[in-house]
Amino acid sequence: MTTTYGIITGLRDASLRIGAGEIVAVVGPNGAGKSTLLASIVGLVRPAAGRVLLDGRDVTGWAPDRLLRRGVALVPERRRIFTDLSVLENLLLGGAVLRPATRRARVAELLELFPVLAAKRAEPAGYLSGGEAQQLAIARALMSRPRLLLLDEPSLGLAPTLVDLVFDLIARLRAEGRTILVVEQNVRRVLALADRGYVLRSGRVTDTGTGAALAERGDLFAAYLGEPG
Amino acid sequence: MTELAQNLVDGLGRGSIYALLALGLAVVFGVLHLLNFAHGELVTVGAYATYAMFLALGGNWWVFMPAAVLAATATAVATEIVAFRRVRGASPFTLLLTSFGLSVLIQAGLRTFLSDKGRKFPKPAWVFDSVQVAGVRLEVYDLVTLTVTLAVLVGILWPLRRTLFGIALRAAAEDFDAARLMGVQADRILTGAFALSGFLAGIAAVLIAIRLGEAKPLMGLDPLLKAIVATIIGGLGSMGGAVIGGFALGLAEVLFRAWLPDDLKGLTDGFVFAAIALLLVFRPHGLIRVVRAERV
Repeated sequence: MTTTYGIITGLRDASLRIGAGEIVAVVGPNGAGKSTLLASIVGLVRPAAGRVLLDGRDVTGWAPDRLLRRGVALVPERRRIFTDLSVLENLLLGGAVLRPATRRARVAELLELFPVLAAKRAEPAGYLSGGEAQQLAIARALMSRPRLLLLDEPSLGLAPTLVDLVFDLIARLRAEGRTILVVEQNVRRVLALADRGYVLRSGRVTDTGTGAALAERGDLFAAYLGEPG
Repeated sequence: MTELAQNLVDGLGRGSIYALLALGLAVVFGVLHLLNFAHGELVTVGAYATYAMFLALGGNWWVFMPAAVLAATATAVATEIVAFRRVRGASPFTLLLTSFGLSVLIQAGLRTFLSDKGRKFPKPAWVFDSVQVAGVRLEVYDLVTLTVTLAVLVGILWPLRRTLFGIALRAAAEDFDAARLMGVQADRILTGAFALSGFLAGIAAVLIAIRLGEAKPLMGLDPLLKAIVATIIGGLGSMGGAVIGGFALGLAEVLFRAWLPDDLKGLTDGFVFAAIALLLVFRPHGLIRVVRAERV
């Protein structure tokens, strides 16, 4: 895919494949095009060239609601929960594509899975802590029972203990057999969890391999990610 | 004390119409980031629908009211589908220009195909009545306006709070793209927002028409200006703020007019705007600050 914003190119011929049941990580420095990649997949921006294929079907440029009905959900960067709505209303909205009875049942299931949200279901989401808000963002995306979950910087801005909580949650989702594409700056943590990974730099895929193999690449960390190997 | 009570009811009655119109503006602003300058024309269309029903059926106000509301709602939805949908996602300037264009087009259409002059119809008899409550003389028109407005506000509060559409509308007002990511269909939410704003403008149109007994091509300009001021007072984009701003503006107008010396009463609007300017110095975002996500 190639995605441009006016004269700025966000993605250049970036090609990725995500297999069913896999966790695939996309890592790279700031401005590498990671969020553009996710926005291009879910139809928030239309790629200038290239295609997005879901089970072999061309879904390029599909509106987010249409894609959600096909089982693709995104947890956006900085969570973007609706702070004026209650926790319960956020969850209900996450199930907008479901029938009303299914939606209510799904809310009950997720409140059981996320007890901290159950305790604060009537509170405005703006009152939640960072970790609680991230749990709400993930629970909200899970409302529609997505086959493919896209996570954009899930640990961004969280305290270290809350980062543990978020990665535990991703591990739990993996154990359930969910397919996950996660974009993350916490490179070591996400590669330790991922089946495969892609390194994105200046909009291009510059490296790919298993999560374990990429995690061993000291040169990669020093050259591309600005971390000591 | 008696005079104060009278002024308060008068101010709240006047503010009711501003509140209805400001809420409609805020609903559309929330989802489209557009201050719709064609909103005043919905009042005009509602008033002309009232006139048309008068010509067709005579002086039955119970028929006028739903006709005016329906006409304003249908016009609002039509403007969204025909004009605003085409420029969704365009720059704020393009949206603003589109709304100006629509406003001018509707005014010109009414002046060309109907008349430049006003079309009169009889006001209901009770407009001129007043009642005594605990020694305070109150105009029936103010009481009706206030009661209708409160009933409408309470009536739309339930669907806004309890239905998925209402939740989606509030969510879209906070972060439109995030709402789309939840599966909310952009077309539906925008059409719904315009329908709601048209419905509210239609109610306001009936209340204005009852008072004026006339439909004129440019009659929407003054209410539009007041509604814009009310939304700015309340905090641009805040639905609750718009309602509060509307009532506050109505009260300010009546109280300034009552308290200013006779030789300064002609400057009432000037004093009201000076007070608003002072408010904005201390609260630049209005009474309620709206934090909104930027679009991708």
